[in-house]
Amino acid sequence: MTAAPTGPGDLDAASSTPLHPTARDVLLAALDRGYADPRRLHRAGREARLLLDNAREATADALGVRPDEVTFTPTGTHAVHLGLLGLVRGSRRGDGVVHSAVEHSAVRHAVAWGARSVEVGVMGDGRVHDGDLVENALTPGTGVVALQTANHEVGTLQDVGDFELPDEIPLFTDACASMGRLPLPPGWAAAAGSAHKWGGPAGVGVLLVRKRARWRNPFPGDDRVDERSTGFENVPAVLAAAASLQAVVAEREEVNARQHELVDVLRHRVAAEVPDVEVVGDPDRRLPHLVTFSCLYVDGEALVTELDRRGFGVASGSACTASTLTPSNVLEAMGVLTHGNVRLSLQRDTSRADVDAFCDVLPGVVAEIRSRVGL
Amino acid sequence: MSAPDRVALELDCRDVPCPMPVIELARHLGDVELGELLAVVARDPAAVVDVPAWCRMKGQEYVRADTADDGAPRYVVRRVT
Repeated sequence: MTAAPTGPGDLDAASSTPLHPTARDVLLAALDRGYADPRRLHRAGREARLLLDNAREATADALGVRPDEVTFTPTGTHAVHLGLLGLVRGSRRGDGVVHSAVEHSAVRHAVAWGARSVEVGVMGDGRVHDGDLVENALTPGTGVVALQTANHEVGTLQDVGDFELPDEIPLFTDACASMGRLPLPPGWAAAAGSAHKWGGPAGVGVLLVRKRARWRNPFPGDDRVDERSTGFENVPAVLAAAASLQAVVAEREEVNARQHELVDVLRHRVAAEVPDVEVVGDPDRRLPHLVTFSCLYVDGEALVTELDRRGFGVASGSACTASTLTPSNVLEAMGVLTHGNVRLSLQRDTSRADVDAFCDVLPGVVAEIRSRVGL
Repeated sequence: MSAPDRVALELDCRDVPCPMPVIELARHLGDVELGELLAVVARDPAAVVDVPAWCRMKGQEYVRADTADDGAPRYVVRRVT
C-alpha cells in the first residue's frame, strides 16, 4: 500500500480526519473477526457480539457514560436525527425545539422534518444568548432545547450545562465537533458524535441517551442487540471507532495544548499579515484545532482553489463554495463577512512548520485574487 | 448638500455574484461626498450580511436595507470617511 494521501497541507480535520494509527490496526484485525451477525448464538456470531460489546464499553468509558447509554448509528447525522427527534417524540410538552441559530444542518434539517423550530440568536463570537434560550424554553409547547457543544465552523464553545432548564425540558447536544477532543459537558439528555471527526472510520455515529431520559424512537424500530439501533451493525468499523476514541482521549491533553497554541499563531499571523481580514469566533474558549477567517473582496471558491494548488486543503463557508449556493448560516447569524471565508482545522500531526508555511503563502494568494478585480 | 436620506448613487449589481456587490461598493465609495448615501442593488443572498460587515470593517455607516424601484433588494450605506 502507498502512504496516507494526506500531506501536511490537509488543514480540514473538521470535515474528516485520516484514520488514527490505532484505529487502522484494530480495523484490519476486526475485519476478519467481526463479520458475523452479533445476534446469532454460534461461534462467529458470539465473536462479533463480543467485539460490539467491547466497543460499547470502551466508548462509554472514554466518554464517561454508561454502556447502555451508547448506541452506534450509521453516521453522526443519523445520531443527531435519532437523538433530537427521539426526545421530541418522548416529550409531553410539545413539538417545539428551541435551538441556536448556529446549529449544524443535521439539527436544522431534523427540526424542519419533525418538529417546530424556535431559533435563538447568537452574539458576534457565535455564542448563544443563553438567557434567550432559557426564556424561550419556558414558553408553552417547548419540548426540547438543542444546543451544540462547540460550533463546527468557528470553533466557539457553547455554555452547555451552565444554564438551568426545567426538569421536564430535556437538552439535546450535538457534540460532533468536539467528541473525543473535549470532555462532554453536563446537563444533556441525549448527545451525538461522529467517528470520522476524531480519527475513526466514516460510517460510525454515536448516539448517547441518558438512562432516565424520555426518549421514544422517532423512526421504525428493529430487532437488534440495541433497541435504539436499526440494521446490521458495522462491527469492525464500530470497534475501530472506539479504539480511536480511547487513543484520542488518552492523548488529548498534549494534542490540545499544542493545537491551541498553533491556532493562536494562525489567528495572530493571519490578522497581522493579511489586510482587510476578519478572524472570527471566540479566541480563547474554542475548539483547540479550528479557526475561521474571512477576507474582503475575495471569492471563496477562488481562495480554496488557489490554496489547493499550493498544497493546502481548507474548507469555506462562502456561498459560492456551498451546494446550496447560500452563505453559511453560522457566519450569517454572527453577522460576519461571508465571502472570502476559510476554515482551517488542524490534523493531529499538523506542525508549526505546516502552519507557518500556510501563513507564508496566504497573503500572496489573497493579494493575487484581489488584483484580478483591481483591488 | 443633498437631503440626508437621498441616495446619491445607486449601483446595479442585480445579476453579479458574491463578492462583486461589495467590491463595487468599495470601488465607488469615493464617487459620493462625505455624508452622502451610496446604495447597491443586489440579489446575491450574501449581500444582506456582507454589506453591513463591510461597513463595520471599513468604518462606514450601514443605513438600511430597502428595495429598488423594481423590487430587488437594495442596501444603503453612508460614506463617513
